[in-house]
Amino acid sequence: MLELAIKGGKKYYGWMTFLLVIVGVGFLFYLRQLDFGLGITGLSRDTSWGFYIANFTFLVGVAAGGVMVVLPYYLHDYKAFGRVTILGEFLAIASVLMCVTFILVDLGQPTRILNVFIYFSPRSVLFWDTIVLNGYLFLNIIIGWNVLEAERNQVHYQAWLKPLIYISIPWAVSIHTVTAFLYCGLPGRGFWMTAILAPRFLSSAFAAGPALLILCCLIIRRVSNFDPGREQIQSLAKIVAYAICINVFFFLCEVFVTFYSNIPEHMDHIKYLFIGLQGHAAYVPWMWTSMGLMLIGIILTVNPITRKNEGVLAVACVLIFLGTWIDKGLGMIAGGFTPSPLHEVNEYIPSLPEILIALGVWAMGFLVLTALFKMAVGVKEELHD
Amino acid sequence: MKDKKFIIGGVIIFLIIATFPFWYNQGKAAPVPELELTAKAKAAKVCVRSTEYMKAGHMQLLDVWRDSVVRRGDRIYVSPSGKEYNMSLSKTCLDCHSNKAEFCDRCHNYASVRPYCWNCHIDNPKEKT
Amino acid sequence: MDSSRRRVLQLLGLSSLALTATPVLNAFAKEAGHTEEPEPIIKPDKKALTAKQWAMVIDTRRFKSAADVEPLAAVCDTIHNVPHLQNKRHEIKWIWETHYHNAFPGEAGRFLSEEVEQRPFIVLCNHCENPPCVRACPTKATFKRESDGIVLMDFHRCIGCRFCMAACPFGARSFNYRDPRPFIKKINSQYPTRMKGVVEKCNFCAERLAVGQMPACVEASGGKLTFGDLYDPQSEVRELIRANYTIRRKQVLGTEPSVYYIV
Repeated sequence: MLELAIKGGKKYYGWMTFLLVIVGVGFLFYLRQLDFGLGITGLSRDTSWGFYIANFTFLVGVAAGGVMVVLPYYLHDYKAFGRVTILGEFLAIASVLMCVTFILVDLGQPTRILNVFIYFSPRSVLFWDTIVLNGYLFLNIIIGWNVLEAERNQVHYQAWLKPLIYISIPWAVSIHTVTAFLYCGLPGRGFWMTAILAPRFLSSAFAAGPALLILCCLIIRRVSNFDPGREQIQSLAKIVAYAICINVFFFLCEVFVTFYSNIPEHMDHIKYLFIGLQGHAAYVPWMWTSMGLMLIGIILTVNPITRKNEGVLAVACVLIFLGTWIDKGLGMIAGGFTPSPLHEVNEYIPSLPEILIALGVWAMGFLVLTALFKMAVGVKEELHD
Repeated sequence: MKDKKFIIGGVIIFLIIATFPFWYNQGKAAPVPELELTAKAKAAKVCVRSTEYMKAGHMQLLDVWRDSVVRRGDRIYVSPSGKEYNMSLSKTCLDCHSNKAEFCDRCHNYASVRPYCWNCHIDNPKEKT
Repeated sequence: MDSSRRRVLQLLGLSSLALTATPVLNAFAKEAGHTEEPEPIIKPDKKALTAKQWAMVIDTRRFKSAADVEPLAAVCDTIHNVPHLQNKRHEIKWIWETHYHNAFPGEAGRFLSEEVEQRPFIVLCNHCENPPCVRACPTKATFKRESDGIVLMDFHRCIGCRFCMAACPFGARSFNYRDPRPFIKKINSQYPTRMKGVVEKCNFCAERLAVGQMPACVEASGGKLTFGDLYDPQSEVRELIRANYTIRRKQVLGTEPSVYYIV
């Protein structure tokens, strides 16, 4: 089936080459990071996690969002999603690959990564995160590949895949819950120590993942002979609409709890993000933009007239993807570390090498995504010929 | 078979390249490294363990030492000969073997091994006190 | 290959031969070798100090100015090869001075006297009895030593994930964002440096305790700092805690810090 991903038109090769160049640039800067140390990033003693982990957290959500096509089809027999479950699974593969790469790129001693398995520590949430993420990656590779191959040969997929598919559904929820548990179990970080962090992560994931999937479906319809289907895109859009509403609602719950209780230490983190603290306010425009993007996204996806217009829907998906990325990526990480446990503000701004390395990882992910989607679309086109 | 010429030709080229390190160095093998001992090491006559053991297993010994010192706080090593040593790379091993370039590096370079011990553990060169 | 029973049995026989070859050959080699040497013994230094849980009491009333604090940080930095980096983002701090409101955020009172407002407070790793950083570490590179309760770093095992830095409620940990060697004023050859990519923090001078010496900052403080076994009712630290009102940083979190401040 891989041969379907290797053959393509000029635009395909052009896109893949473009991505490869970005990967190359990112890789060169990563070599510099290996040589110099993580000092080339904007990280500091106070903010020890930044852009890499922010992107990691966001992408775990996108990976989990793939379950939103699998669940209705396999659990509730929503036949329409049958055309697009493979796209959700392949999106999950590419996203988890990006997640794992972001972790590797963030480590101070990456050659020692196997220590996590040799000296496994069941009390560490990071250990469990490694397990569930890798497990989800393998689940989706096995399921996606075999289902697609069966479809290509026009037979039913093997029976032993069914239990794996059923497992992958709660597993998808678990990957993002465990990632949230990384943050919400730490006693010294008041911004993260909230029971609603895991639900908020999941709601933002179920908005961002399907939003990206909608955009991919629209592009696939444009560049190939396979049409994922209008009904399918509309169902996904409704999922996005509900999820983004819930995400913003959860955030407003946080705002109420923090500001009505008026506890200074809890208010300080949200104040830093939205109005600035101790003279530092770099994140303020970003956070308000994120809120604006998400609100416009709500209006456009909830309103059936705008939702049914696929051009407007595409814009809404971009806005929602960006809005959730700022909120869950940048805002959550920087807000958690600032102010520091000693109540100092040392603002974190990602450096240029850091951003280029991160872009390299995103490009690698999109490279894998494009190849996998090309394969899936190739199979579907074959069947319709 | 089809393309017989290319396949056999390709296999031969591969074999030539893969066995290059063996036939290129015929007759001019790199000499076994000679290690220089410092005066202090010569005077001590015997290391913490026998020379045979150290040649084969000094890495394992250091591993045991490091877990014992770092994780359990036990610092005294009683060797099979009955002598007591302080389990410290810098203060015991490198105290006698303070000539890293003529001792440690000789074998490590020969075997193309790059231990990063010295990124942290100071190699105590005697000239620089 | 025909999948007959004979084939399977032949394969099983070959596999078990292959698997058992190494241990059998090893056993033969051992017998043929020289007589067994006695096993080496590993033991602690005779002079080593022990405790169930090391703790420190800082009498903040005796700290009047920076001059009282500087020698403590200086001696720690010197003997532990702690680098001094210009870039504040990359700084490494094991023990340092801070303001009352930063050492005890949210717990410092109001309308305090001028003297307390100006008083320098020193902060360091609290070597908690219930450390969140140890829970967080995925490789147990940071661990609480069972013998004496010190929370230590195994720099050989640390993968530099910095989860422990996120977990510490006291901001006690520093990460080596670059090679620290160029920034060490004068290298102490008796103690290793660290390399880039690992986390470090105060270690309660475990290497000094192992040879019968008190931590360097305690020695340099001239009595302002007291060190001892928290679970020995007769120890100096227990005396001080009994006789004076002490507070600990972020006590409400339940990490049970072992550094007590007399205020």
